[in-house]
Formats: sequence, structure tokens, C-alpha cells
Amino acid sequence: MINQLSWKVGGQQGEGIESTGEIFSIALNRLGYYLYGYRHFSSRIKGGHTNNKIRVSTTETRSIADDLDILVAFDQETIDVNYKELNKTGIIIADAKFKPVKPDDSGAALYVIPFTEMAADLGTSLMKNMVAVGASSAVLGLDIHVFNEVVEEIFGRKGAQIVQKNLEAIREGYDYMKALLGNNLGTLQLAKADGQKRLFMIGNDAIALGALAGGCRFMAAYPITPASEIMEYLIKKLPPLGGTVIQTEDEIAACTMVIGANYAGVRALTASAGPGLSLKMEAIGLSGITETPLVIVDTQRGGPSTGLPTKQEQSDLMAMIYGTHGEIPKIVMAPSTVEEAFYDTAEAFNLAEEYQCPVIILSDLQLSLGKQTVHPLQFDKVEIRRGKLVTDPIPEAVDKSYFKRYEVTEDGISPRVLPGTKNGIFHVTGVEHDETGKPSEVASNRKQQMDKRMRKTKNIRFDTPVHKNCKHDDSDLLIVGFNSTRGVIEEAMDRLEQEGIKVNHAHVRLIHPFPSAEMLPLVSNAKKVVVIENNATGQLANILKMNVGHADKITSILKYDGNPFLPHNVHTECKELFEYGNI
Amino acid sequence: MATFKEFRNNVKPNWCPGCGDFSVQAAIQRAAANVGLEPEGLAIVSGIGCSGRISGYINSYGFHGIHGRCLPIAQGVKMANRDLTVIASGGDGDGFAIGMGHTVHAIRRNIDITYIVMDNQIYGLTKGQTSPRSAAGFKTKSTPQGSIEPALSPMEMALTAGATFVAQSFSTDLKELTAIIEAGIKHKGFSLINVFSPCVTYNKVNTYDWFKENLTKLGSIENYDPSSREMAMQTLMAHNSLVTGIIYQDPQRKSYQELIPGYGETPLAHSELQLDQDHFDKLAAEFM
Repeated sequence: MINQLSWKVGGQQGEGIESTGEIFSIALNRLGYYLYGYRHFSSRIKGGHTNNKIRVSTTETRSIADDLDILVAFDQETIDVNYKELNKTGIIIADAKFKPVKPDDSGAALYVIPFTEMAADLGTSLMKNMVAVGASSAVLGLDIHVFNEVVEEIFGRKGAQIVQKNLEAIREGYDYMKALLGNNLGTLQLAKADGQKRLFMIGNDAIALGALAGGCRFMAAYPITPASEIMEYLIKKLPPLGGTVIQTEDEIAACTMVIGANYAGVRALTASAGPGLSLKMEAIGLSGITETPLVIVDTQRGGPSTGLPTKQEQSDLMAMIYGTHGEIPKIVMAPSTVEEAFYDTAEAFNLAEEYQCPVIILSDLQLSLGKQTVHPLQFDKVEIRRGKLVTDPIPEAVDKSYFKRYEVTEDGISPRVLPGTKNGIFHVTGVEHDETGKPSEVASNRKQQMDKRMRKTKNIRFDTPVHKNCKHDDSDLLIVGFNSTRGVIEEAMDRLEQEGIKVNHAHVRLIHPFPSAEMLPLVSNAKKVVVIENNATGQLANILKMNVGHADKITSILKYDGNPFLPHNVHTECKELFEYGNI
Repeated sequence: MATFKEFRNNVKPNWCPGCGDFSVQAAIQRAAANVGLEPEGLAIVSGIGCSGRISGYINSYGFHGIHGRCLPIAQGVKMANRDLTVIASGGDGDGFAIGMGHTVHAIRRNIDITYIVMDNQIYGLTKGQTSPRSAAGFKTKSTPQGSIEPALSPMEMALTAGATFVAQSFSTDLKELTAIIEAGIKHKGFSLINVFSPCVTYNKVNTYDWFKENLTKLGSIENYDPSSREMAMQTLMAHNSLVTGIIYQDPQRKSYQELIPGYGETPLAHSELQLDQDHFDKLAAEFM
């Protein structure tokens, strides 16, 4: 009996690889296992190798495993591309249809099962993935009754017969594999899980749910990988709340429409990835100078231009902080877990209204799309705060003058009135303006308004701007990261600690304004600092150096080949840096 | 009830003396009063250019956005608060060059807003370059040998894009223009109103006199039927689009907001922000 393993299914895109992984993992989730998934896919619909790797564990797991225990192959390419990942006791379960060949240097056991043929005999070869799911369940020693419920949920609307056939396919795959294993059940029998029901979701689900909980009632967006799930979820869930999603003609329309909607008083969202954010930049500046709340999600993917649209990267950091011409106050937050993606998205709407500025929720492809077990989301933790929104009646002005929407105040934040309010008329313009919003080029006014805007976020209130796992007052090594690398860093950190290295971990959750006060002591008290990021230029490392200094002891571990870090990447590279001291 | 004077504010427009935009400003103020609006119930969203300043010259909620984007901003405002009367406005460069993508899709989408284009066939604020509305051969700073691109017909374009209200007017005809804007505001759906609004400083071809000579009132065409899309298109083609009046109106088609499933009568901006715990629990349970 083992407590954790990694399973991967691969084949040609469009062959049902995704749904194979989906059904298997939903069943594992129901049994109470902790899961962490990774999808390898290409920017095309049919064809091309795709795979879905799932880590299954009886305890919490937050990263992809270094190696692989079970590889389910629907084509030879899957074996050829992935067999080296298999560990010593790893096995391959392959469809007989493509006459699988095990590479000479592979030590894995190969089990050949006629997935396609068995499925075809049951009615349709489409069910080959169910046969594979059944076979996998036999290897793990799962109770396949769990599939009764799962298959019913997924195929129930297609009729009882389809449900029955799919269950039979699972059963046949299970029996076939059991027969192949015989008395030798192998080393991959998984210890029983606790049977607890847990949330199983992707970051984009959590972002969308967080938006609903945070009062978002309108979204405008343009489809893009890896952000589209957010609009697809909200278009299903907003109508019962009176709201809706508009799929706009382009990214600029999405952003400006959301600015218009926020101006008029609804909590509105747009979401995109790098290419979309590039197009939204001018509008982000409009939100900044007009002090109109705006919430934008950026699910980072490989850039620049179209880049690696279906691959992991964290290279939008600088663009999100500094993008848009001119200077505006802006908040850039970077949730590091799916749970934080939920809470942070809900909170983003509060911050946008309180500070009356654009708020960017930075995610990355692995956080947005990696399906994983999630702790219960505590709805009662979600607050609605609307800042200086004027809700009381406004007395009539004596001289027909406009409402001072941009009144210069101590904290820089001015009272905000929604259109439709009697005696609240003011003007909004992207031109520099006076306190009532009328265009003004007067130098003293320009300075006053610029200072007012920029001081709004100076003392920003943000709960836990840095997630800290810092046991040591003085550490040998401080590891810094953001977004989806948290789990990998935690796992690498455990290994480094076991080897006697004193490691602290800081995951930056508020990227801008940068939490210098939180980070400075951690950096000061570390012998060495390593920043882990999925980009080529060490953007977070540069931001860290710029804000807290200590450039001489800060170095980077970078990965920009499109794949997420594995724990051993971080572990071995940190160790090398530590042992050879080449920092 | 508010009179047109209540839609005036104390801001002096920075338009050139004689600019056609002054009349458009007056016509909007009159139309707003005539249809019974109060200043706070009107939101004017404008683009960038001389004409884009109009949102600051009318006593109502005004939003002067970025170049070419007044339509998505205006649609966002209307989506958030359907009780507001929303007018989008800007110049021909704003709406038919940089913002053309939004224009076509706003027409298709048919959200209940009124879009008034002040069409002077030139870029004025940047001091005289060609516009998509400039005729072939038109000499400007950016086309010193004369434009080699033909002018666009926004009216024909609107008909092919599925418009439900298409009208054109001339800034000197305050009576007709006011009536058309009123009709546009009352129309349940997207209304496009193109107004010939001469630039007295940079356009020495399409002058007030030129328009007087070349424009035909649809009212003067016998049996003109604005409910016929086919007749509208034929008339535009026959007159090189130089007609004024309501060119086409489809009062039957429902506006975007009327077609959204579940979209309530209460403006979204006034809706409850808090979910109830049960509702949230149900949503979360779908992920188990």
C-alpha cells in the first residue's frame, strides 16, 4: 500500500484524453483523495500529443510530482514522449490497437489491453477511455462502485442505456486488468482515503466563484486561453442573479465596457491573458485617471505575442505593474493557491471601489487550469465594502456647479457618485481635470490631482500581502515566488530542510504596491535569496531588488520552456546554489 | 419637468466659431427636454476629437473616454443601469476609423442607446488630416496629392450590419435634427444618427453651402417608406448617401436587454451584492 502516486493519460488531442482524466479524477476526489492535476495541451483542437497528469495522495498535495507511476497510452507517441518520466516501479497500460512497443531502455512493465476493441464490442469505440479508467482503478485497487454516481452525473442526460454501457466499459477494463495482474497486485495499490467530500476545482473556477461572491454582476470578455472558463462559468451563473456576460467584439471593448459598467455602479469584471491585457492597456489608464473601479484578471501564459498560448509562464509581471502610458495608482495581486484565487477575487471588487483604481488579479496557466483539491471556501469571510460611495441624498448646489467627484482629500480618495443621482452631476474625462471633472491644464491643478491619485494606494490595507512560511529568524536561504509555484517551493523546501539547510519561504501575494516592509526583514535576515519564476528575465527578482535592495544576495532560478517547475528542479538548483555558493 | 435650459452648464465650448457641433449640442439639449428627461437621468459618453468634448458641455452625467471607445463605454453604462438614457457621441474618425469595430458590433447588438456622430469628413483636433468620410481626391495634410481611398458610407454600412434605427441630419436644421434625436432616444434599441457638422477651419470642400446644394430631404421623396430596408438602401445609393431624415427604422426587433434571459427590470447597479449562504453552498457543491 502506498500513500501517493502519479497517473498520466496521453493520446491525440480530441480523442477524449481530457475526459478520461476528468472522470478518473472526479471518482478519486469522491473517494477522498487529494489531487493535483496538470494538463499538457496544444493550441489546436484535433491532433497533437496531449496528456493529463494527476497526482493522487491520501494527504494534501500542491504540486506535480517529479516522476510517474502509471502511464495510460492511447498511442505510441504517448509512450515515446513520456516513458522516461516513469519511476522504477512504473507501469504502462496501453491500447492494443496501436501495437504498443516499449522502448529498449525502459524498465517499466507494459500491460496491453484492447481498450478500443472492448469498447467497440460494447457499442462504441468512444468508450475506450472508460475501459482505461477501469483498468487504472484495478491497478490502484479502487472500489469501482464510486463510478456509478460519477457516470450518472456526466452521462445521465444521455439516457440510462449510455450510463449502463459506460459502467460496463469500466467494469470490463477493471476485470481485464485484474486478470492481467493475477495474484500479483503490484506495488501501486493505494491506501484508502478518508472518504471526505472536498472541493475539486481549477483556479478559474475559484476566480469566477469569487467574483459572484464578491458581488460581480456583469462581465464583458473576449475568449482567450487560459481565461475563457471564467466567462463560461459566469454566463451560466449570472442570469439567476439578474446579471449577464457579454462576449465583446474585442479586448478593448471588453475593458471599456466594464469601465462604463463600473462607472454606472455595477461590480463588473473582465478577464484575459497577455495578448488581451496588451490591448486593454490604454483603457486601464482611463480607469486610473478617471478613478473608475475596474477589476481585470490576467491569466498569464507563454508570451510574447501569441507566444506559447497553452503553456505556463509568469512573464506579464512588469507589464501589469507598469503597463499603460503615464502614471496611475494600480493594485496588482497574485493569489498563490486556488483558495486565495477565490478570496482575492472577491476582495478585488472591494479594493477597486475603496481605492477607485484598476485592480489586476494576476494568475498563471497552471493556477488557472490545474485542477486540484481545495479546502472549504468560507463564504462568511467574504465582505462587501464600497468605500466612499455616496448613498445619502445630495443637497442642491447653489450655483449649478458640478459635484466635486475629484475633491482633493487627505487620503486622496474622493466621494464617488453614481450617474442617476440627483444633484450629483459631475464630469468624467481622461483629460487631466479639476475637482469637478472639468478639463484643466493648469500646472498647480495637475500636480494636485496627480498627487491625490498617487497617494490613494500609499497605505493600502491588504490582508497578508506576503504568504510566509518562515520558521527561522536567520535563514540560510529565503525562497521567493508568486502564483502557482507555491506548492513546488514548499515541497523543495521540505527536502532542503531535511538536508539541514535552514529555509524560509515568502510567496508574494500583493505585487503592487510592493510590500517592502514585509519583505525587507526576510531578505535582510537571509544569507541568500533565490527567486523562483517562470520567465527569462527574473522580473520578480528585479522588483525585489528595486524595492528592498540587497542585490548582491538575490539570485534567480528561472524556467521559461513552457512547463511548470517540478519539485526536483527547485530542490537541486537551490542546493547547487547553496553548496557552490555561486550566488 | 426640465426645460432645455436646465441641460445647459456654465462651460464654454472650445469649438471654433461657426462649428457645426454647437447646433448638435443645442439639439441634444432640446431633445432631452422634449422627451421629458431630467439632467441626472441622462448620461452622455463621448469619444476623442473636437466633437468628443460635447459630454462636458451639457448639464448631465458625462463621460469623455478614450479615442474610438465611446460605444463600449456607453453600452457598459446602459447594461449597468437601464433606467439611464444613454447617448454616445463623437466624430467620424472616432466612430468610423479607430472605433469602427465597435460601431458595427454595437449596431448588431442593439443595446438601447443613441449614437450621434458629428461628421465633418476631416480630422479637426489634430489639425486637418483625412478621415474615412473624406471623399477620394480630398487634399489634406496627410493626403497632399488627394486621398486615393473612397469615402465610407456609414448609413449603407449600418443597414448591412443589421441596424434598427438609421438616420442622418444636417447641423443647421435644428428642427429636423432635434426631432430625429428625440426619435432615436425613444427607439427601443440602438439608434445611429449621423450629423453633417461642417468644420469651418479645415474642411473647405464640404462647407455649409456645399451641403445645402447637395442634400436631399427624405420627406421630399414621394412615398419614402423608412420601414423598407430595401428602399433605404436604394435611396442611399441613388443619392450617394447625401440624404437627411429617418432612413430606416425597425420598431419590431427587441433590444439586447429585452432578450437577455433573466435580466431584471431593476438596474443591475441597484441589485443586491450579497449572495445568500444557501445559494453559495449550492454553487460550491457543484465542485464536489
